Amino acid sequence: MHNKTLKQLSSLLQAREVSAKELATHYLDRIGKSDLNAFLHVDRDLTLAQAAEADARLARGEVTPLTGIPIAHKDIFVTRDWRSTAGSKMLEGYISPFDATVVQQFRNAGMVTLGKLNCDEFAMGSSNENSYFGPVKNPWDKAAIPGGSSGGSAAAIAARLAPAATATDTGGSIRQPAALCGVTGIKPTYGRVSRFGMIAFASSLDQGGPMAQTAEDCALLLNAMAGFDAKDSTSLERPAEDFARDLDKPLQGLKIGIPREYFGPGLAADVEQAVRAALSEYEKLGATLVDVSLPKTELSIPVYYVIAPAEASSNLSRFDGVRYGHRAKEYKDLADMYSKSRAEGFGHEVQRRILVGAYVLSHGYYDAYYLQAQKIRRLIAEDFKNAFTQCDVIMGPVCPTVAWDIGDKADDPVANYLADIFTLSTSLAGLPGMSIPCGFGQGDKNGKRPVGLQIIGNYFDEARLLNVAHQFQRVTDWHRRAPEGV
Amino acid sequence: MQWEVVIGLETHAQLSTESKIFSGASTRFGAEPNTQASPVDLALPGVLPVLNKGAVERAIQFGLAIGAKVAPHSIFARKNYFYPDLPKGYQISQYEIPVVQGGTISFVVEKDGKPQMQTVQLTRAHLEEDAGKSLHEDYHGMSGIDLNRAGTPLLEIVTEPDMRSAAEAVAYAKALHSLVVWLGICDGNMQEGSFRCDANVSVRPLGQKEYGTRCEIKNLNSFRFLEEAINYEVRRQIELIEDGGRVVQETRLYDPDRKETRSMRSKEDAQDYRYFPDPDLPPLVIAQDWIERVKASMPELPGAMRERFVRDYGLPEYDAMVLTQSKAMAAYFEGVVGKAGRDLAKTAANWLMGDVSFTLNREGVDIGAAPVKAAQLAVLLQRIADGTISNKIAKEVFGAMWETPSGQDAYADEIIESKGLKQISDSGALEKIVDEVLAANAKSVEEYRSGKEKAFNAIVGQAMKATKGKANPAQLQELLKKKLAG
Amino acid sequence: MSLDLSDVKRLSRLAQLDLNEDQAGKTLDKLNGIFSLVEQLRAVDTSGVEPLNHPIAAHQNDVSLRLREDAVTEPNRREDYQKPAPATQDGLYLVPKVIE
Repeated sequence: MHNKTLKQLSSLLQAREVSAKELATHYLDRIGKSDLNAFLHVDRDLTLAQAAEADARLARGEVTPLTGIPIAHKDIFVTRDWRSTAGSKMLEGYISPFDATVVQQFRNAGMVTLGKLNCDEFAMGSSNENSYFGPVKNPWDKAAIPGGSSGGSAAAIAARLAPAATATDTGGSIRQPAALCGVTGIKPTYGRVSRFGMIAFASSLDQGGPMAQTAEDCALLLNAMAGFDAKDSTSLERPAEDFARDLDKPLQGLKIGIPREYFGPGLAADVEQAVRAALSEYEKLGATLVDVSLPKTELSIPVYYVIAPAEASSNLSRFDGVRYGHRAKEYKDLADMYSKSRAEGFGHEVQRRILVGAYVLSHGYYDAYYLQAQKIRRLIAEDFKNAFTQCDVIMGPVCPTVAWDIGDKADDPVANYLADIFTLSTSLAGLPGMSIPCGFGQGDKNGKRPVGLQIIGNYFDEARLLNVAHQFQRVTDWHRRAPEGV
Repeated sequence: MQWEVVIGLETHAQLSTESKIFSGASTRFGAEPNTQASPVDLALPGVLPVLNKGAVERAIQFGLAIGAKVAPHSIFARKNYFYPDLPKGYQISQYEIPVVQGGTISFVVEKDGKPQMQTVQLTRAHLEEDAGKSLHEDYHGMSGIDLNRAGTPLLEIVTEPDMRSAAEAVAYAKALHSLVVWLGICDGNMQEGSFRCDANVSVRPLGQKEYGTRCEIKNLNSFRFLEEAINYEVRRQIELIEDGGRVVQETRLYDPDRKETRSMRSKEDAQDYRYFPDPDLPPLVIAQDWIERVKASMPELPGAMRERFVRDYGLPEYDAMVLTQSKAMAAYFEGVVGKAGRDLAKTAANWLMGDVSFTLNREGVDIGAAPVKAAQLAVLLQRIADGTISNKIAKEVFGAMWETPSGQDAYADEIIESKGLKQISDSGALEKIVDEVLAANAKSVEEYRSGKEKAFNAIVGQAMKATKGKANPAQLQELLKKKLAG
Repeated sequence: MSLDLSDVKRLSRLAQLDLNEDQAGKTLDKLNGIFSLVEQLRAVDTSGVEPLNHPIAAHQNDVSLRLREDAVTEPNRREDYQKPAPATQDGLYLVPKVIE
């Protein structure tokens, strides 16, 4: 049952061959037995109550393709029934008085919430080791990281603890864990998905998106997730779209841009092989490969690690222990209460980024760092604009290597930052990008660790990305593979 | 040594919107603590700001009223600092590109005894959000925070350092106050903090080009405090310098009880606000047609009205200026002229700037609440014009009208009648009195006839006395001359 | 460019993050590592390049703020909103004495 895709479960539900309650119970039991630390909060009664509602809707025939399907939410999305911690001690036990718009939209579609998913603290990280509640294990190899920051989401899909999950991407936090856990995930164009109720990390980069087993499932989820929200001033007003409309289009004549900068010395041989193999699969499907250049790729690392911390340092100032969140037990005065509460409530990586952000915005450094970064950000966006004059989509690796061992790069920020090189520029430009499983690494260790193929599209080209991904998944079975014993 | 005082004002005017600048919470004053603090105002995790159109409209009105440039494109920035009444840890304000740029405000100020017109240059006016309040009553040694005011829209109005005395600063502040109230964009209630001034004060040796080091005195919420605080600060700085000390740039607070300013400890160490464009808020774009629509919906502005008073009523520029200092005064003036006729406009102006203003000040009454209504004053002025009473008698009648108010437009006539103040125009009656006077003052008559011109005035005085001032002076003199000659 | 301990202390004050001496030292090394990575920015010639504050502006020239009608839409939910607060009394949030 749990190896079925969302689409398959949907038809079982519509045919009343399985009930939302049975489905929810099945996944709750699996979550209960799992030792991956993917979930931060599960509440059986709440979930079963939602399942009962869904069954009632199904009985009344008020159905969408998602009605009765269980979904788990990254703990960056606030929920009024489940705790919302952003993986931080700062928000341990915090209950939001409202639901995130995204959570509300899935409820409206009749989905059943399984609980909240572990992630790097405030979505800052690429390995999930920055969660105050402990790292998530990669289902393919429990010694390995699941990637981050949406590590809980990717691990839950890979281990079949949920057929669908929400995630957020600021610099690769959907695509990289999806790749390292062998699942499918898409980060839409910036402004497609409401940020209201998403605990902010870097406001000009944060974008929510779905994760599931297949591109087809992601399309169905995006149909409910995307859309204008008046509560978010950066939400784009666009006519509603069916993101599944082009899934079956043949790829005959598709031009795939291959950025030479994505295949440099930094790329591990086994990852390159898996990606190249996927590319020749696309050629078999009638696509042609075009050599393109994204010259500013390497600069995306410094640009991102100036802009994201700058915005984060300001976004995280609200956590002061006054209205909610952690407050230190002992303090001399107001300033002491602030600095102790924040030092105790935030983890090391979060504190480092706050300090970096404070520095690049501070008097005398703003122009040299923040402003300069925003200028190069435009050059990065122009790189893509030029590339898309020569191709329809861009493809390459998501991550230079397969998942590394838990602890390997722990507390080595620079090493972690360098691993983000292929995903940062897409976020800086606000473009849609996705990751689909395309094989595994090599050797007895890397051999069981998945490799992801990144597909980057032009603005608002999600339907095409999903079409391109779906056509690949029709002729390959990487996305159907599950870790041993699942 | 001769010192020159240099003053610039920053005024915070709370805009008269129903809801807050970035949330749908009410701005009503005096509600129970934190009952008008929404998730956005409390900076709960996941919330986002959405700008209130009403606040922008009011800013546009102000810009048009002072002949400033309304920026077609302005930017909201974050001003980062920690304070318990600032829930986000940053204030959303406008920094590099404000919505209103330039403009002037003209007003009347007493200079060495006589009133003069003066114009102050405005640097800018920008939109921002107000902070909450820290209540300092003791809660077991702690302060209480009320965030009802947090997010109330403010227009911060900044002048050039154009003022040279506390009196000028107060005159400017009063003119600005009456303008925003005139426009209806601010209720002007200073007790409730709707209109607060910060004064930047410095001194320099007369004739010196460079400005001295300035101090900013914060939160002056009455014109009296503004004047007292500036005067104290000027004395403090001059004494400091003359005693060989140096003024340090700092923020100071005025203590109305001690009548002195003191350094603000909480703001002591130099702030680094780390301004940067708010990534949650795209640029504010104001199209020309919106400005036109706002212009069309605005009341006649003081400036335009001033010109109209000069043009249509032939008033001197100065009179027009004084009469347009407040909407109520202007309305009263037009009420009088409307009934009494245009040719009495100058008389009406003289009365309003003279007896009426004098009485209003003496009684501490606002023109709107004056017991003598415009229509009643109009009748009184007509009686002077048609010779029924002299100007001198009219003052007496006005006093009576003020003391015992009535609803009758023709109230002046009632009083003239009942008190028998009508001028004696019946020449027979007058001749009779004159004969008696001449008979009773044979000596003076003698002197006059023997060429002592002065004696004539004595005789006139006697005659006036005999008529209890009711004689028409011209008529009386003519008659006396005739008799004495004969 | 590299930071020194005084920078780290200034920043931790600005960011209200309590740092004891040896944490400050560790943090300093980490920050200098990060800045050695960030440093390459400054070499890039960006003369005449408009900063891109917002990704939407990369594909839409007329990005403009959407405005809300001026209406009160938020009910009083003080009780809900104050549930997660560490200290309240009489509807007020309590903090250590604020000195002005």
